[in-house]
Amino acid sequence: MPLRNLEGKAAGSLDFARDDGAWMMESLDQIKSRIEAAVPGAKIEIVANGSPSQQDSLLIDNEHAVATARFLRVDPALRLDFCSNVTGVDWLDRVVKKTIKVKTVVEGVEKEVDQTTEEEIPGYLEAVYHLYSMTHKHGPVIIRTRTADRAECARLSSLTPVWRSAEFQEREIYDLYGIHFDGHPDLRRILMWDEFEDHPMRKDYVQPDDFEWEPTPHDDVLARAKHHYPPRPQMDGAEGIVEPLKR
Amino acid sequence: MDATVQTIEAMERPPVTMASRLEGELLEVSMGPQHPSTHGVFRMNVALEGEIVRKLKPVFGYLHRNHEQIGEHTSYLGSMPYTDRLDYFCSMSNNWAYALSVEKLAGIEVPERAEYLRVILAELTRLQNHASLLGFLLSDMGAWGTPLMYAFREREKILDLFESLAGSRMMCDYMRFGGCRLDASEEWLARAKQIVDRFPEFLDEFEELILGNEIVIGRTQNVGKLSAELAISAGITGPMLRASGVNYDVRKVDGYGFYPRFKFRIPLGNHGDTYDRLMMRALEMRESVGILKQAFAQIQPGPIVNPKVKVRAFRPPAGEAYGRIEAPKGELGFYLISDGGPNPYRYRVRPPSFINLTVLEDLCLGHTVADVMVILGSVDIVMGEVDR
Repeated sequence: MPLRNLEGKAAGSLDFARDDGAWMMESLDQIKSRIEAAVPGAKIEIVANGSPSQQDSLLIDNEHAVATARFLRVDPALRLDFCSNVTGVDWLDRVVKKTIKVKTVVEGVEKEVDQTTEEEIPGYLEAVYHLYSMTHKHGPVIIRTRTADRAECARLSSLTPVWRSAEFQEREIYDLYGIHFDGHPDLRRILMWDEFEDHPMRKDYVQPDDFEWEPTPHDDVLARAKHHYPPRPQMDGAEGIVEPLKR
Repeated sequence: MDATVQTIEAMERPPVTMASRLEGELLEVSMGPQHPSTHGVFRMNVALEGEIVRKLKPVFGYLHRNHEQIGEHTSYLGSMPYTDRLDYFCSMSNNWAYALSVEKLAGIEVPERAEYLRVILAELTRLQNHASLLGFLLSDMGAWGTPLMYAFREREKILDLFESLAGSRMMCDYMRFGGCRLDASEEWLARAKQIVDRFPEFLDEFEELILGNEIVIGRTQNVGKLSAELAISAGITGPMLRASGVNYDVRKVDGYGFYPRFKFRIPLGNHGDTYDRLMMRALEMRESVGILKQAFAQIQPGPIVNPKVKVRAFRPPAGEAYGRIEAPKGELGFYLISDGGPNPYRYRVRPPSFINLTVLEDLCLGHTVADVMVILGSVDIVMGEVDR
């Protein structure tokens, strides 16, 4: 291929963008009802956000995640073609206390009494996607998918076939949170080394007992070191002869 | 007779040359992590056919220190100096992105003078980042030392400004939630204005020196082409995206800070190759100079920090927020979840240079090993941000 001729100033081969304003985006309720119409069987839930940022999100069921994502990407009014940020969140088992005012009759007098109910929510892992549109210049639409639990069922469907930008970021979630993404083309650890076994961003992750960093190990550090390595059997000197033969 | 079985004598044997001796055989080479042109401890596993790249897998993690988990164990303000260490060339931009996200999370307003100071510092950061990137890129191409030192001479002037304002050349730790840490004096603004006014002289000289250079053109044009469709799908942002012709700049789209008050243009590339990515930096520097001149003309005295923001026991209400800015390398975002406590429940950095590496393999396939270095240089990565 011939090389481009550079005439005088550098700006010759480039031009400048026109200023086109952003499109107004539909509300989350509208998006939700349109997804439900377009993807049969999809269960969408709006997750409210209490912060002043007013960034509510859509909770999408895992079975229809890919179909929903495709819809969000190709729908002409939304065109969420840019998946900016993909990340995991770990939610441990938690108890949510709710206080309701209940009217009861106490000693013949009607009174309003606060009644506290406790709801136990089992833990789960979450993948959060921040979507924008480069075509219409709007966003973000935030979608999240949740795993059934934090152990064996920590699986989600990968959205990398829809947005390539999720490729490294889903690998990172797999690495740090241990969510297995079905349909990901190359699901390997990315930041930790391949032999690493745990998922360090989980909230219940326990740091390894690396006493070795201490320059002058002493009392309790040495005690931990002793605990770290199981006691070795008494050696009589014969293992030095046997070991090379085994190899 | 089986048609596929043939003796060697029956075939016409190709002439044996150095190039064809490895034909059909792939040689696996591990480039990095200590390679001088990998911009830090970055490694690529490359499968080569002769000199041509047939496969390329980036290997990350040599600088991984789980920045995000440290952020979750630290107070909101405690993470501010640590954001300097993400992209250590652009600590001011990192500070701004983090401050912006926390301000969204807690609903904090920023006084006018602080917004102007933020724009001034972010654009100065862009100038020095782009200048040194061009210098590094030329170093990667074999122009050892001299052009890089020309760029560093300008960068040093800007770092001097940072030092006299924030006390540190690179680890500035300058922004606070709802404003900035220290006010800029009139003398400082005058000195900054003087440096910015003289910056186009350097740009003219540098563009003359490199952009019309035959070797630069030969090494970069039609090398590492990135289509607009792939760039959008792969989440490429920043100058690399705009070199492929996609008009998307967070400064224009989100209009954060006071950017809607400034007149500036967004340069776009036509070809999406390495040359366009290089040019993009040169043109963006000129636009940044324009923004800075307007900011110096408009800035007025006033408070620099919102007095309502608590410094101690700062607890944003429960909820989440994602804030993003146009950092010199692309869209830098922070995603924060608050549970009402003194430190974030989830602290996530969206690192632009990490995500821009998604397409590195696509860009390099079919090119020579020497081109890989040039393409990687034009992506503009900093490992402090890639590995976090």
